[in-house]
This record gives sequence, structure tokens and C-alpha cells, in this order.
Amino acid sequence: MLMIDCPWCGNRDESEFMYGGEGNIVRPQDPESISDDSWSDYLFMRKNTKGLYMEQWLHSYGCRRWFLAERETVSYEILNTHKIGEINPESKS
Amino acid sequence: MSEIPTAKSSIEKELNSIPTFNTLNESSVFISEKRFKDHINLRLDISDDGNVDALGNILGVEVPIEPNTVNINGEVSVLWLGPDEWLILTTECYPNSMLDRLSKGLIGKVASIVDMSGGQTVINLDGPNSMNLLAKGCTLDLHPRVFGDGKCAQTIIAKTGVIIRKIDNSPSYDLIVRRSYADYLVLWIKDAAREYGLSLAK
Amino acid sequence: MRGAYRLNSGGRLDRDRPLEFTFNGRIYSGYVGDTLASALLANGVRLVGRSFKYHRPRGIVGSGSEEPNALVQLGKNPRTSPNQIATQIELYDGLSASSVNCWPSVKFDIRSLTGMFSSLLPPGFYYKTFMWPRFLWGLYELILRRSGGYGVAPDMKDPDRYDKINAHCDVLIVGSGPAGLSAAVEAGRTGARVILVDEQAEFGGSILNANENYHKSHGMNWVSSILDELKLMPEVTLLPRSTAFGYYDHNFVGVLERVTDHSSISDGLSPRQRIWRVRAKEVVLATGSIERPLVFQNNDRPGVMLASSVSAYINRYAVKLGSSAVVFTNNDSAYSSVLDLLSSGVDVAGVIDPRPKPNGTLPNIVRSHGVPIFDSSVIVDVKGSKNIRAVELMNIDYDSKKIYGKSHKLRCDLVAVSGGWNPTVHLHSQSGGTLRYDVSKSCFVPGINSQNEQSVGSCNGTFDLKECIDDGIKAGSRAAYATGFGVGEWSENTACTDFQTEDPLCPMWKVPSSGNESKWTKQFVDFQTDTSSSDIYIAAREGYESIQHVKRYTTLGMGNDQGKLGNINGIGILADALGQDISDIGTTTFRPNYTPISYGALAGPDKGILFDPVRKTAIHEWHEAAGAKFENVGQWKRPWFYPRGREFMEEAVERECLAVRESVGVLDASTLGKIDIKGPNATDFLERVYTNSWRKLQVGQCRYGLMLGEDGMVMDDGVTAKLEDDHYLMHTTSSGAGNVMNWLELWLQTEWPDLNVYLTSVTDQWATIQINGPNSRNLLSKICEGIDLTNDAFPYMAVRRGVVAGVQARIFRVSFVGELSYEINVNADYGLHLWESVIGAGKNYGITPFGTEAMHLLRAEKGYVIVGQDTDGSMTPSDLGMNWIITKRKDDFLGKRSLSREDSIRTDRKQLVGLITEDPSTVIPEGSQVISSSSGSVPVPMLGHITSSYMSPTLGHSIALGFVEGGHSKLGEKVYVSINDSKVISAFISNPVFYDPQGKRQDV
Repeated sequence: MLMIDCPWCGNRDESEFMYGGEGNIVRPQDPESISDDSWSDYLFMRKNTKGLYMEQWLHSYGCRRWFLAERETVSYEILNTHKIGEINPESKS
Repeated sequence: MSEIPTAKSSIEKELNSIPTFNTLNESSVFISEKRFKDHINLRLDISDDGNVDALGNILGVEVPIEPNTVNINGEVSVLWLGPDEWLILTTECYPNSMLDRLSKGLIGKVASIVDMSGGQTVINLDGPNSMNLLAKGCTLDLHPRVFGDGKCAQTIIAKTGVIIRKIDNSPSYDLIVRRSYADYLVLWIKDAAREYGLSLAK
Repeated sequence: MRGAYRLNSGGRLDRDRPLEFTFNGRIYSGYVGDTLASALLANGVRLVGRSFKYHRPRGIVGSGSEEPNALVQLGKNPRTSPNQIATQIELYDGLSASSVNCWPSVKFDIRSLTGMFSSLLPPGFYYKTFMWPRFLWGLYELILRRSGGYGVAPDMKDPDRYDKINAHCDVLIVGSGPAGLSAAVEAGRTGARVILVDEQAEFGGSILNANENYHKSHGMNWVSSILDELKLMPEVTLLPRSTAFGYYDHNFVGVLERVTDHSSISDGLSPRQRIWRVRAKEVVLATGSIERPLVFQNNDRPGVMLASSVSAYINRYAVKLGSSAVVFTNNDSAYSSVLDLLSSGVDVAGVIDPRPKPNGTLPNIVRSHGVPIFDSSVIVDVKGSKNIRAVELMNIDYDSKKIYGKSHKLRCDLVAVSGGWNPTVHLHSQSGGTLRYDVSKSCFVPGINSQNEQSVGSCNGTFDLKECIDDGIKAGSRAAYATGFGVGEWSENTACTDFQTEDPLCPMWKVPSSGNESKWTKQFVDFQTDTSSSDIYIAAREGYESIQHVKRYTTLGMGNDQGKLGNINGIGILADALGQDISDIGTTTFRPNYTPISYGALAGPDKGILFDPVRKTAIHEWHEAAGAKFENVGQWKRPWFYPRGREFMEEAVERECLAVRESVGVLDASTLGKIDIKGPNATDFLERVYTNSWRKLQVGQCRYGLMLGEDGMVMDDGVTAKLEDDHYLMHTTSSGAGNVMNWLELWLQTEWPDLNVYLTSVTDQWATIQINGPNSRNLLSKICEGIDLTNDAFPYMAVRRGVVAGVQARIFRVSFVGELSYEINVNADYGLHLWESVIGAGKNYGITPFGTEAMHLLRAEKGYVIVGQDTDGSMTPSDLGMNWIITKRKDDFLGKRSLSREDSIRTDRKQLVGLITEDPSTVIPEGSQVISSSSGSVPVPMLGHITSSYMSPTLGHSIALGFVEGGHSKLGEKVYVSINDSKVISAFISNPVFYDPQGKRQDV
């Protein structure tokens, strides 16, 4: 059971949160102008890193804020959490 | 036309099955339903100083900026729920409708003022074992060093979301729970309190 | 009263409180302070069970959680528990236990005959023998399971209560021996919040079992003084009878407290057991170590015991274990057991030690008592079956580890063995910490930590008492300091200041055989699974190299003791068989739970009505009183139908449907998800999340919307009403409300921070009552004030505010059943009042409350899908025949791009159709497969499936909705629905709207 540091509420038990998969994925600006392949890449392809992974979590039973967490996928250690907008997303595609 | 109806509690029936007083048992936890006049969910952008001032004037108290804290002024309590979200509770003694005052006072502001008075209720737990009872279903650290007076938190008790508000160090807690889950929460409290005893506070 | 083998004095027993108990049907006595094991030994009961595979007689070996043999069936149905460890059961009055795994009795077990054929049961025997022919495996398994097995599960409902509690602390200390107690008091003095847990009833750990002086006073006096101090510390929680069973991520530790297990009387209020879910900032593991047995021929005979346990039974439980003992040890620690044996009046016939001339402090004291020490010697056999008669000794060469010379016998009835000590590294290992083999100590010790944890004392390979206490003090101070308490300095060790001199241990994983090691022997490595040393040699010979594979092949360590005694010996033996270093073999994975946990404790209070929350609407008690049958929708209980008298479901539903079509019916729709949307960009927001256009919607109007995932598949639907220019109320499905809210917030918060919109869930705020049917306007007009209800003033798909039954209300003219309908929202506090008012006002119209079943049927007649019933996350709006709801005027909305993906525009996608059976009275079972022909060879190509199916009372024939490949172009075609191999139903594909296709009835 993880202990997650919500950027607003502080350390809370994992059960209060909802996992949102890889974080910082940017929706293409003009979806109609890109190929099926590029769109599929945005839709389905995720990094699934062994090591440090940028994830998005929702403090669903707390302040209802989405935020980003840098989690080490081997040790499950969470190194940092960030409010949305605190760090620049990498552009996908 | 029908007469003016009375508001109906969602947990009256379940609470009424609890004995009212048990002086024999010192470990007993006391439970009661607290009725509030207003339950208002307020959303407002406070990066605008004008908004903060306008709000403070209406409420008679500043909204808490520090997460998970409560600001109180007499009959009005303001609970932090998020960086731009608060729960405003006024007691039955509060003379006006806060909902009206906010709606009128914040005209022209980008705000969301939502009446929650029928959608949630408040259960109070009191007594030396009330912290232990909550700990059975709540993963928060409730130690007074961590969760002292004036603190509140949105969290989970057993299997339902709640807002816990520390009232004092007897210890006493208000649990603000969604209406549809309130019945379940009372059932859970009754079960969890068995080793301490549970009395309906009058 | 006292057992025949009870010493006259000593022990930590309350001799004023005798207890009576039953074992295998016989009545015995013991004292408060006894375990079941100690009481049995005090009564001379040595034979406690039969082994798992060969049904060999077995006795008590250990004195704690490591005990492999003394498993008992404890208590009677419904409180009976199988496989309870006798060494961990505190004795109470009236306790009743029996041996497991023996039939018909422990003294005469028919299946012990298998022992005679044991050489025919090599490792992997079952795999090799019973895998062919394959189809008979089920039968083999049945027979094998019956002949094996341990104990029986209760077959009645557990009457006891189990509890869970969350706890937070700065420092959690596991184990209360010298190191743990030192750490606890040191951390406690800083004011840090400390939890000290110990699996035993009393704190003290190894001190409880030993007869040692700390500073000239008995060790237990030191324990008492520490406990007195700890008890006065308000931030210290002491949990005896509590096992830390699992160490999980982020310093989360599970602890099982046995609250009332030790008592025969339950007050019915206290739980029997409680799981503590401890979140610790720092953890100090002081879990001690478990003595390693020595592996030699017939080492499993009742009467062969761990030397430390021999001491425990003497010192703690005042048991005289025999009349003449030998001690077999490869290290100095067991020499203290010699002194304990002598003090209990047991003659010690000799100490057998493979080391030449042991010369430590303790061996020399033993020598001074005149006890013969047979050095450079080992036991090569034990004589006797249910009781020991003698042991056979031979000499061993220390360097070559070969036995030589002539054997000779030594008469005895008790053998105390010690093969060294295994640090209890289970929790450290579970936490993710690594292990390292310490050659000088011949054991695995903690290596690198992965969490905020430190191991101290003998679980860290520190076996000297002074060092244990030193390390405990430091660990307690360090842990507290790390959490912000104390100043990082520690106090002096005043309890114990002397080192003892010791000779090094002589590593010995088994006593060498004179011949071939893989010839079957009775040298047992794992008592519980009957794994012998030869099994491991055979496994190695057959090519197994990984300890993980050898474990599974030989069943080493697969009992419920998880190899606490046998595993390390087994690893050592495998290293020998493979000619490798033991450090290269490594250990098997240590997994929770350290000792078995009952399902009752894991479930805790979350059972019965508390298993999952039941959500109730404000009108619930009316439904209950009306005799409604309920349906689960998510966590909600919704009225399913309201049977009258002895009506069957079909009859009730038919009556409810006809009432709606002909007069008026009322539905509690409070469970619909409701989201308040407010802000200057509210319309922009809706434009992005729905497929249709919202720009032209006027205040006071409603619109149906379809929400897609980014993959273009239908995710949710519902009606959204425009209350003000910047204010909407969105309805979602009952079960999708939470997901939709999270989804919308995701977009608002992460992708569209530019949109100024606030969302608030108001599902619980509003009670929602739908009045449906031609008489609904008449009914509403009787209780509604301030709203012109005429069709012109309040048309279809409009929303109005007014007062209904004296309560402020929002009224929506929307319909899910295709009739003139009003949906009234009031503050839920007044929901029941409104419902009763509607029922009262509707009497003249024969108002009929209806449930979800009638609602589903009525909407199916209209061809409306239910997201989640008809759809499964793989349907586009086009599949649903809903291209009309996708506006061409918007550049983008969530999911839009996916609708033009290659796969989304296939013409042979499964598409929503109606199906009308050839026989109007046949109702197709939901979930059935649609196929193209009634005959033909299997497998028949599947065209699609049925998602909704009913007998329509209004139409007089059955109707179904389903998805069929290219269905939109197959109208009128005949298809078949497969029921089973021999039966098909024929049906025609139709338009899914069966009733009032022009929608005239709702718009009057």
C-alpha cells in the first residue's frame, strides 16, 4: 500500500487515489490533420518504463485534483509529486 | 395545497435504534446527527484579490488557504476542500440564508455556489474512544499532533468518502458524508463501536 | 493437579490458576502461562502428530512459530481452526485440540505404512506418475487430496468478530527481546510515537526462555523495569500477542493481534483478532533468530528437540523433558542447555560436538560439571520409534567432513540439537532488503535496505548479548532521531557489559552419510513436508539447480511453516550437491505472511451488510414498505419491480408497463448522476466533451448528449439542461457518474486550464422523481404551482423552476420511455415528501410506481440503448445508428478523430438492430449469439449478440436489441439465435425503434 504525497493535501494512503496512467501526454493540437498512426500513438502507446516513470494520479477521495508523480517502477518509491502545470509536459508525437 | 413539508434526515431511523444514554460505560462513544442550515459548495478563483475581499465580507471570515483547515466565525464555518473549493456550513442559529447572500454578493464573479444541504449530512462522534473508532476505518493519522483542532480532511472511512473535521480534543469529530452513504456509515460505526459501547447523544 | 513431568518450582507459570484441557479426547491439566505444547510435554505427551507424506510419528521440536510438527485442530465447530501451532497456543480452561493428519489415531496411523515404501516415493513422484493419462488427473487429484491434507475447515459460519485498525507511528519495533526492548525504551524516551509488537503473550523474547543474569539479577527483572518505564510513556503502544506478518511498500506493516484467542470466555463485544495496519516512519526489526536443527538419520523422532526449546521448556514452563539427555551441537550456545537440563534434574549422558576440543566459556563450565563431551563426533542414527532409546555416534574428521571409525551407542530419551542460528530475516527480506551470506557466522544476514528499516540483534546476525543490547539502544535512538525526535545521542548499556568467549561454529548442513547421498535416507530436512536430504541430492542429480525449482520439486519449505527450520539446511545441502557456494545458491523468496493468518482476520468487519456500501435514495424506505424487489445498480439499491399480492415478476412488470403507456407511472430516478456545471466557458466545455452542438441551446432547454472516450467509443450519455447562460446541469448514467466526473476533471485540470468552468457533483443533493404517461400532466397540475404546464409554454425538452408539493423544484420535460413525462428534482430532504404527494395526487389516475425492469422494457420498446448494458465500450455512435448526434459544425470534440480511423469506418462493424422473433411469444435470452444459418458445421460464424430482450406487453410480441455485423444494411433479413447445440430461434432484423417511431406520444 503506497503512501502518496498529494501536492495539496500531503501524505495520504493509496486508497484515496485513482491511477491515471502515464502523465504529461499532450493531446495533439489539431487531431484532424494528423495520420491514423500518429493518432493511435497518442491514444494507445505508453512508455511503461522500468525505472522512473511520470504518472498522473487523481486524489479522488481528497481534494479531487489531478497531479503528476514520478514513481520508480521497480522499488515503487515515489520521488516527487507535482501540481499540474508545475513542470512542462513533453510533447507527444 | 399541502402543508409546508419538513426536511427528512437520511439516518434518523438507524440512529434511533441506538440507546440514548449509557452512564455505566465510560468507554462509550457518543453519536449524533448535526443539522446545519446551509451546506454550500463554493468554487471561486482567489488569485483575484477582489474575490477574496468580496467573499470575506459576505462570510464574515476569510476562506482558509492552507489545505485541510477550517476557518470559523460564530455560526459560519468554512472548510478547505481544494485550492479553489470550500464547504460552507452555517448552524441553525444563523439568521439569514447564506446561499442567498452568496448568490447576490458574488454576482458578476466567476463562482460556483451549489446548495448541498440535502445531499450530505453531518454525524458527530464524541468521547475518548472516538479516535480509535475512526482509526478502524480511516487511514489518516488522527493523532492530535497531526490532526488537531481546526483541521479537516477529505478521506475515506471504511468504504465511503467523508470529510472529517476535528471539533475538539475530547476528542470530537464531525463526519460529513454524502446522503446515500450515510446509512452505511452509521451501520459501520455501530459495528466498529461494539467494544466501546455506542450511545446516542442528546 | 500438576502433570507428571512438571518441575516442582520455577517457570513463568501461575500455579494458583490450574487449567483443564483436552487433547485427542483425553483430559489433561496445565497452568496459566503454559502453551498447549508445554502443557502436553508436562503431561508426558510426546507424540503429537503424524508427518504429511510418510505418516511418521512426530513430536514437539520447537517452542515458537518455527514449530513444524505440532499442528493441531483447535476448538470445535463452528470455532474450529485447522493447523494451529501448539507452541503458539496459550492454554486456557476448556481448550480442546486434536492431532491433524492421522487416521484412525495418532498412535496407530494406517497410512504410516507408506513409510515402509518411502523409497518408492521420490521427489516428483506425483508429477511423474500421475500425469498420464492426462484425463485421469482429476481423479488422481481427488484421491491424493484425501490422503494428504491437514485438518478440516469449519463448515459453519464463523461466530467471532474480527477487527481492523489503522495505526501511525514514528518507530515500529518488531520483537521484544534484548535488542527490541532496548530500542523501544530508547526511542520512547525521546517522545516519539513508538509501537512495540511481539508475537508472544509476554514481552522479553529470548530472555523468557533463558536463565541468564543481567548485572547479577535475572534477565526478566531487567525486562520488567523496561516495561514499567514503557507503560508510563503516553506515546508508546505495547502490543503483545501480535505478529508482524507482512512488510509492504512505504513502510506499511501488517500486524495480527490475537485479542481474545487466549481466553475461553468471549464477551461477544471484543474482537477475536485484530489486524493493525501500521504505517511507520521508521522500523526496527528485532525479530531474533531461529535455531537450526541438525540433519541426521531419524532426526525426526519424538524427543529430538531444538536445544533452545529444551531450555525454554525448562526455564519458562518448568517441564522435565526426560530422564537422560544428549546434546548434539556444532556451536557453543547449546552448552547452556546442558546447564538447564542439569538444573531440571535431567541427567546429561554427553555432549556430541563435531568440533575438536571446544574451549569456549560455556563448554568449559559444562566440563566442570562432569558432563562428558564427545568432541569430533556426530550422531549417525537415533534408535526408537515413538520414544527414543539411544543414539549412535561416530567420529568425524573436522577438515574432510568424513565420518570414520566404529559407531557406539549412548542411551538417552531426549536429544537436544543445535546446528547454529538463522537470523529471522523474513520481514527485512519482505521489505525489499537484500540478504548476504556471512561465512564467519554461517548464516544469511540482512544486506542492503530498501526501506526505512534497520535490523538489530540476532536477526542481524549479532548473537552476543552485550552487542544485541548496544545495537538495540543505538537503533532506537537513530530511528527516533530520523523522525525528528531526540538529539541523536544514546544512553549507556547498563544491562550487560560482558562478552563471552566462543569458539567458532562448525558449519554442518547435514551429518555426512557413509555412502551415496542420494540413496533414500531418513535424514529429514523439512519435517512438515517430509523432505529428506536425499530428495535434494536426487533433485540436483536430475538437473535442478535453482533453489526456487528445487523447492517446488522436493516441496522443501512449502509447508505452512514456510521452512523456518529446514530451508537453510536445504540450501546448504543443495550447495554441497551442486558443488557450489551457499552464497551463490541464495534463498527462496520470503513472502508474507510470516505465520498463517485466518481469512476471518483478513476480511475483518467487511462482510454481510458491511461488505460493500449500500446506497439508498431518499425514498428508499417507501419502496421497502411497498414490498419492492430491489436491483443492484453499482452500489445503489433501486426498486426493480413492485409485486402486488402474489404476482410474479413478469406479471408485475407487465402491469407497470401498461400503466405508463395508458395512464401514469412514477419512477424513483434519484440515482441518476448529476453534475452542476458553472462558469463563463461552460458552453465551450460541453462542446468539447459531447459530440453534438450546444451553442444554440437556449436557457430553459435540455439536450441529449453522447460522451465518447478518446477512442471514439460511447462512454456515457444523458440529458443536460441549460439553467442559465453560464450554468448547466448534466445528467449521467447511474453507474457511470463517478467515472464521468473524474474524466471531465482530468480534461479541465490537465488539458484545458484555459476553460473557466467549475464542476460539482450534486447526485445526492437532488431526489429525482419521474412521472410518465398520458396522465402525467394532469397529475402534475394538481401539485405544481407557478408553472404553465401547457405544451406550448412548457414543451418537450424544456426545463422550468417552480414549486411542487410545497417544495422548490426543477422540472425537466424529458422522457426515457417515450411518453409525456416530467422529471422533478427537489432537495433530497424533501424527496420522500414529494413522492408521497405524487402518489397521493395520482390515486385517481391509478398511479403505479414502477421499477427498473419496467423502465428498461419501456425504453427498449423505444429503441433507446442503455450505456453499459447494450454497449460495452466498443461501440461508436455510428454503430448505434446515432450519426445524427455528431455535428459536422465542430472542428473537434473528445473522440472525434477516432471516428474516422480505419477501423471505425468499417461497414461490417457490429451495429445496433432490433430483432423480432418469428414466433412472437419466444423471448430470446440476453447474451445469445446471432448466427446466419440454422444448420451447418461448427464452428458457426457469429454475426453478433443480443443485449436486451423482453416480452413487450404494449406490442404483444417479444422484442430484442442486439448488435449484428453490418446490421444496418440487413433490415428484414432472417437470422438465427443459437440457444444451445440443438436449438435455434429464428428472428428478423428490424429497426430498433419498435414503438411510436415518430415520437408523437412524448411531445403532446
